[in-house]
Formats: sequence, structure tokens, C-alpha cells
Amino acid sequence: MPYDTQSTYDRLLFELGAPGRIAWSLPEPDVPVDAARAAVPARYLRPAPPELPEVSELDVVRHYSRLSQLNYGVDTHFYPLGSCTMKYNPKINEDMARVPGFARLHPLAPQALAQGALRLMHELASMLAEIAGMDAVSLQPAAGAQGELAGVLMIKAYHDANREKRTKVLVPDSAHGTNPASTAIAGYQVVEVKSDANGGVDLLDLEGHLGPDVAAFMITMPNTLGNFEPRIVEIIEMCHARGAQVYMDGANLNAILGIARPGDLGFDVCHFNLHKTFTTPHGGGGPGAGPVGVKAHLEPFLPTPVIAKRGERYTLDWKRPKSIGKLQAFWGNFGMHVRAYTYVRTMGADGLRAVSENAVLNANYILKRLESHYDLAAPGPCMHECVLSARRQKKLGVTAMDIAKRLLDLGFYAPSTYFPLIVEEALMIEPTETESKETLDAFCDAMIQIAKEAETNPELIRQAPVTTPVRRLDQTKAAREPNLRWSGKR
Amino acid sequence: MQRYLSNTADEQRAMLEVIGAPSIEALLARVPATARLPRPLDLPSAAAEMDLIAEMRRLAAANADADGYTCFLGGGSYDHFVPGVINHMILRGEFFTAYTPYQPEASQGTLRTIYEYQTMIAELTGMDVANASIYDGASSLAEAALMAQSVTGRTEIVLGAGVNPLYRRVVATYCGGPGLRLRDVPAPEGVLDGAALPKLVGAKTAALVVQSPNFYGCLEDIASAAEIAHAAGALLVVVTDPVNLGVLEAPGKQGADLVVGEGQGLGVPLSYGGPYLGVFAAKQEFVRRMPGRLVGATVDLDGRRGFVLTLQTREQHIRRAKATSNICTNVALCALMATIYLAILGKRGLSRVGELSLAKAHYAAERLARIPGVALRFGAPFFKEFTLKLPKSPERVVARLARDRFLAGVPLKPFDRKLADCLLVAVTEKRTKEEIDAFAEALAKAVA
Repeated sequence: MPYDTQSTYDRLLFELGAPGRIAWSLPEPDVPVDAARAAVPARYLRPAPPELPEVSELDVVRHYSRLSQLNYGVDTHFYPLGSCTMKYNPKINEDMARVPGFARLHPLAPQALAQGALRLMHELASMLAEIAGMDAVSLQPAAGAQGELAGVLMIKAYHDANREKRTKVLVPDSAHGTNPASTAIAGYQVVEVKSDANGGVDLLDLEGHLGPDVAAFMITMPNTLGNFEPRIVEIIEMCHARGAQVYMDGANLNAILGIARPGDLGFDVCHFNLHKTFTTPHGGGGPGAGPVGVKAHLEPFLPTPVIAKRGERYTLDWKRPKSIGKLQAFWGNFGMHVRAYTYVRTMGADGLRAVSENAVLNANYILKRLESHYDLAAPGPCMHECVLSARRQKKLGVTAMDIAKRLLDLGFYAPSTYFPLIVEEALMIEPTETESKETLDAFCDAMIQIAKEAETNPELIRQAPVTTPVRRLDQTKAAREPNLRWSGKR
Repeated sequence: MQRYLSNTADEQRAMLEVIGAPSIEALLARVPATARLPRPLDLPSAAAEMDLIAEMRRLAAANADADGYTCFLGGGSYDHFVPGVINHMILRGEFFTAYTPYQPEASQGTLRTIYEYQTMIAELTGMDVANASIYDGASSLAEAALMAQSVTGRTEIVLGAGVNPLYRRVVATYCGGPGLRLRDVPAPEGVLDGAALPKLVGAKTAALVVQSPNFYGCLEDIASAAEIAHAAGALLVVVTDPVNLGVLEAPGKQGADLVVGEGQGLGVPLSYGGPYLGVFAAKQEFVRRMPGRLVGATVDLDGRRGFVLTLQTREQHIRRAKATSNICTNVALCALMATIYLAILGKRGLSRVGELSLAKAHYAAERLARIPGVALRFGAPFFKEFTLKLPKSPERVVARLARDRFLAGVPLKPFDRKLADCLLVAVTEKRTKEEIDAFAEALAKAVA
């Protein structure tokens, strides 16, 4: 074996370095140190330095460069991960987020000296409000799930203000897991609404649940089967007639930019995942940003502070007596706001509409090319993503997870698997608008090849992946014998 | 054509032919006509890259950043030095444009760095386990409060007055849902009132929350707080800034059950308040009740070491309404910044950062308190931040010093009316003696 080739790179930082080696360069103290130490009671001081690695700068750079190469990212691989919207992250967004006037601005700088940042946030909020047809937007939530929490808390505050005691929130069985989780944290009882045969909301079931104790109905649009709910306007009217608010999970907003607006459809609240629709990077799990938009009747309840414009001055307005309060220490994930703002300004109205058109075109192209090789969860056309079922392959001994692993070997990241929960052996594919026909063809060819292999050589698929740095990992062992930190032993 | 969209008109036509649809419009047939937006979105038209850059730079120039000004601002966000290597490493697209590691075989890079992060945070805080990060320090504390309720089955959270007031607001928002009651412990002399504490912590207390160094910069007696909390059967939650833990004793060694805090100082840019890094560490016995993501070591089919997301039965995508939290997105990239920061600083560098910050803050405090009319507001020991009492309105002093290109500190009036004459000043390792001396001269003139 060659020394430390990428395919064998298995080190942790703690297994590198040598006592005395350093990667830092800090100035010598220009003020007395001992006197300052003496001012702190000895019992508050650490008796010995923390056990952190002792490595050189080259050790650090080589280690993390090599670790990065163990990952698939959008820059290197097609990421057909449904409902996660992994599209190209423009490089200019990163340059803009790093301009010192943004990156090096302290959140408690006097507001008069942060006018550029406040203006950017105010304008981004206005642009998001226009895109969603909402009356007001708060940029504060740090992620989609925190946006959901904000939305549900605003709905709660609204009902409280009207002296209405409503204790339940309805959520479709096809919903993202964050919906019921956010709702439960807000103190509501979660009630599941069934889906019909096409994956839409079962209107009869919804009707049956819509009592005077229902605070809200929370639904993803387009839904997690990749379909636009055709009776959405009717559904919203039904809810409103019974005094329930309607929340839109905006995770799939990528499909409808410039085509339809949640506010026009009648939704009262929606959140935006800036890291999905608005090209801020996903970074292996975040940071995200989950601004939340509301109709006028919910505006008094927005998180504090609200960015207000008075004449030509922008201020943080804290005097909001009905606000649900704060969600984050400061004003939201501003670095993500800079990236999303850059993106919206780069695209303009026509560009955003073209985004959704191409997202829909690409998803339908995949659906068409694969429909005779896999079962469809719902008939087409779809919106920006499509859901297949590996039901047929399962009978041959090949599961959705096996197919996902085989794709890794063929040079693609995997679709979402086993989601939505209501589809057996689900494979949820979202190509996004940034991918070309060429890439989609290569991906479809791979999927068709796997469907054929399932018939001729299922063992090959069950053995996958074999080209990745590690093969299938023992999840049960990880959960039964949790090893969550390095202890010096391998 | 638009440069982020790859399909040409010819390719679009070829694809529509395969689909068997006359136009993209036809694919949108399920969107009812009545639901369509009948006009283009009212947005600024698409900007050319170079025009947009010029405009963004103008917006940025309207901000007083810590490059153009000498920064003494703190209050939960600090101007610590960020080694250049961090930016180069996080911008590698394989880290930057990856998703949550749901396919571990294709995500070992992210998973290994998170495992390293968990190890380093556990070591710094003196705790058994750390999660893979939460949004920010404030939401970490809010999650800790909810977790304390679920662990103890109790209904009150007792918060020291030294806990960052912005965090207290976030805790109040989160605790409103399940109806947790918040009670405050006064800190009239900058640290918790030791006489009031035992009276407030009792049989209903799920957690006592202590921040050290606290919002006023003062160090709290964590060990005493732990005794009081534990005697009442409550958990002790410590809020801390991990950058200081190269010098300060680990909260876990002083009796903390949960340690949370803001990790921004570990190589994450100021960025007007976010994205930041929520640190969350706990004792082993609480691991199955922790919020957010955890990465564990395991083996693959061939017996090779590998890493996976684990104990996922706590999480929202499996447990839905019964999950320990609703957290889905963590801040993996910020956690990566912190991991690389700690890799670079290592055992002795982090201690050096802490020592320099401590020494410069004490030099500055001594120098500034010599100005006639200016005094340290509290006598308690402090670390890198302190509260000054000024003879003139802090807001006006801040505005005056901004003209000399100093970000002088945080006026405390909006946080506590009793401290309306006070300014919170933070000094990190980045401030030089020369800058501190110049600041002292400018402040002397401003208050004269």
C-alpha cells in the first residue's frame, strides 16, 4: 500500500502531531500577564492546558484537505436528494459574504453605523415578501425548523389574542418530521391527516378533524410527493371557515417561484429555507436560515426586533408588545442573508421564474425516463421532484437503500430514501434547475442500469458501495455502544 | 440564458419531446389557473456581476466593521483572531456543498470532522459528550432548559441575572410553549446574590442556569452554584465561551450537568450576529435526551473504522412529535471552522489566546479606570470583558468615540435600566497596548 493515499486515509487529528509542534503564530504579550492571572482566583483557573492536538499548519491543511476528499458535494457530484434542494452554490455569494463590511461587522455596533447591513436585511425581507405574496417577513429564524417554530408560536399568540383556546395542529402524514416536532415544542397536540391515493390531502379526513379545537393546518407546498395540491385553495378556505390558520412549509418553494405565491393562495404563514431555494451553502448540515413570512393579521406577533425603515434610516424596532419574543441572540444568520440577497439580485424576476421552470422540466424528464423501470408513487407530471418506489426491486431482494448505495459507486450521491413515509421503498429524486440534460441522462442511465442489475445480479447491488472510503457501516453497533469521542483507542 | 441554469433552449426542446409535453407551461397544468401569479414578480431586474459587486461594496462601506474601527464590543460576540487557514479549508467545495451526512459512506469527511469537534468540545468543557452543534448560544441554552424539564419532570428554570439578556429572551420564547416558568436571581454586584440563590432554587427547579464569565464580564462561582442546584435535585446548566477554556477551569470539573455556549470566538466571523455556533455538552447519563445530531464511531463490513450519525431515534425525522427537539439543520460548517481553529491553536495556542485576552483586558480596565469620573462598576474578578461606569451618557460617549474610529463598547441601558450609566467593554488578544492606550486617551477626552 502506498503511504497515506486518499483511499486509505483513516486518521483522526488526534492521531497526528508531536508534543511541541504548533500551527499558530500569536504575538508576545505587550502588557503584564502574571498580574492579570493573579487577579483571578486560582480555583477558577485550569490547572493544566486542555488536551488538544499538537500539530503543524501543514498537518492541519493536509488532514482537512484529505478529509474533504472523503465527501461528495455538489461541486464534485450530482446530488439528486429530494426535498433537500441541493443546487449549485454560486461563488460570488461567498465573495460577498466575506466583504469586511459584512463579515467583520459586530452585531452590537451602533445602528447608525450598521445602515448598510440593516438596509440589506430590510430589502431582502421585502423581496421575500414579494416572492411569497406575504405582507411582512422576519429574517431572524436560524433554520427552517426554527422558522416553523416561529410560525406556530405566532399562530398561538394570534389565537390567544382573540381569546380562543385551540389545542391541536393538523399535519399531513406525508409531512417533514420537523413539522410535528416544531408543533409539539410549541405546546400543541399533533394530529395526522391522511393522504389520498395520489398523495394529496384526503379532504374527508381533514374535514373530520377540523373542529373548534384546531389551531392550524400545516402543509408543504408542493407536497413531499412532488405534487402541487390541486385543491389547495379549497383546503385553505375549509380551514379558515373553521377558524384555523394555515401554515406553508416552504421547503419546496424552489418549484413555484414566480408561478404561484403562498400568500395569494390564502396561506397565513410560510417559511423560506434560504439554503434550499436561495443558494446558501448546506455545509454538511448547515448553517441554514429560515425567514418567516406572514399576512398582516399576524404581523404584530413577529419575533423582535423588527427591522423598520423611518425615512432613510433603518432601525431595530424592539417596541412590539405582542411579539412572540426572540429566537436567536442577535438578528438572524446575516451571513446567509448576504448570500441570498446576492442571489436574488443576480437572478431578478425572470431568472427566478426560469429557475422553477427548469426545476420542473428536469424533474419531469427524470420521471419520464425512469417510469418504466421503477414504480411511481404518484402519476406525473410532477413539480420539482418526483418520488419512485422500489417495490418491484424489493421483490428481487434489492431495497431502496441498496439502490442508493449502488448509485454512490456509479458516481452519484443518493436520492432521499424512505421518505415520504407513506411510500413503500421510497426514492425521492430532486435534480434542481442547475443540472444539465447531460448530467440527468447519465444519472437516468445509472438508475436504469441498477434496475437491470436487480434482475440479473442483485448481489452486486447488495454489496455496494465498494468504491467509497468505507463500505456499509454498522449502524446498530454505533447506537448500542455509543462512541462519541476519541479516547486514545481505536 | 442565465449562468446558473444549464439547459439550453435546444436541450429544453429535446427534453420536452421525451416527456411528450408541448411546453414547460403544460407541465404546470396541476397548478390551477386561479392560483397562478398573473404578472412577473416585482423585483429589481437581474444585475450583472460587476455592477452587483460595486453595489454590495457600497452597502458594506456603510457599516463600521472591525477592520475599519478598533473594536471593544462584546456582549456575546467577540473580535478574536481567525487564522487564515480556516477560510481556505471550509471553502473546499467537498465540505462546503455537501449535505447532512445521511449516506455515511459518501460523507466520511464531514462525519470525521464532527467526531473531532465533539471530542474537542467535550475536552474543553470537561463533559462526557457534546452534540454536533446547534444554531447559536442562545438557542443552545433554550434547548438545555427544555431538556432539563424533560430530565427532571420539573417546571421552573432559575436564571442568574448575569445570563446574557438576549439569551434570556430566547429562553422565554422557547419556554412559552411547554409553559415553563422562569425565575431570576439578582446580581446586584455583578455576580449572583449568594443569599438569594438557595431561596429561589427548590423542589420545582428543573435547572439553575449560571453564565461565567457572565454578561457583565464577571466570573461566577460555579462550584457553589452546583452544590445549591444539586442539593435541590436540579441540574446545573453553565453558559460559557469556549475560547476562554484554555485558561479557565472546565465547567464540568466544577459540577455542571450541561454546558452550553456561543462558539463564535472559535474562528467564526462576527458577521453581524450570525451564523454562529451553539455549543452543547452533557454528562453521559443524558446522552439519549440531548437535542440535535450526534456522530459515533463504528466499523464497516470489512471491520474498518467509520463514522455515522447515531442515536437518531431521538431526532425529528424518526420520532416526529416525540423528538427531543425539532432541530434538523445544525451549523456543521461553523462547527468545522471551530474544529480547524482548535486544531491550529491546539493545546498551547488556545491557552495563549486566553492569557493574552485576560492580560489585555486587565491592562485596559486598569488604564481606563484611571480616567477621572470613570470607574469599574463591579469588584468581582473578570476575564476579558468588564463594566465601566461613566460620568456621561454611554450612548453619547460611544457616538463621540466612533468619530475617532473606536467601537467603544456596549451601553447597558437597553439591557438593565439600573446600569444606564454603564458601558460594557471587551478586550481580546487582538487589541494591542498601543490601541488600548489610544482608546484611553480618546475616552478621557470624550468624558472630560
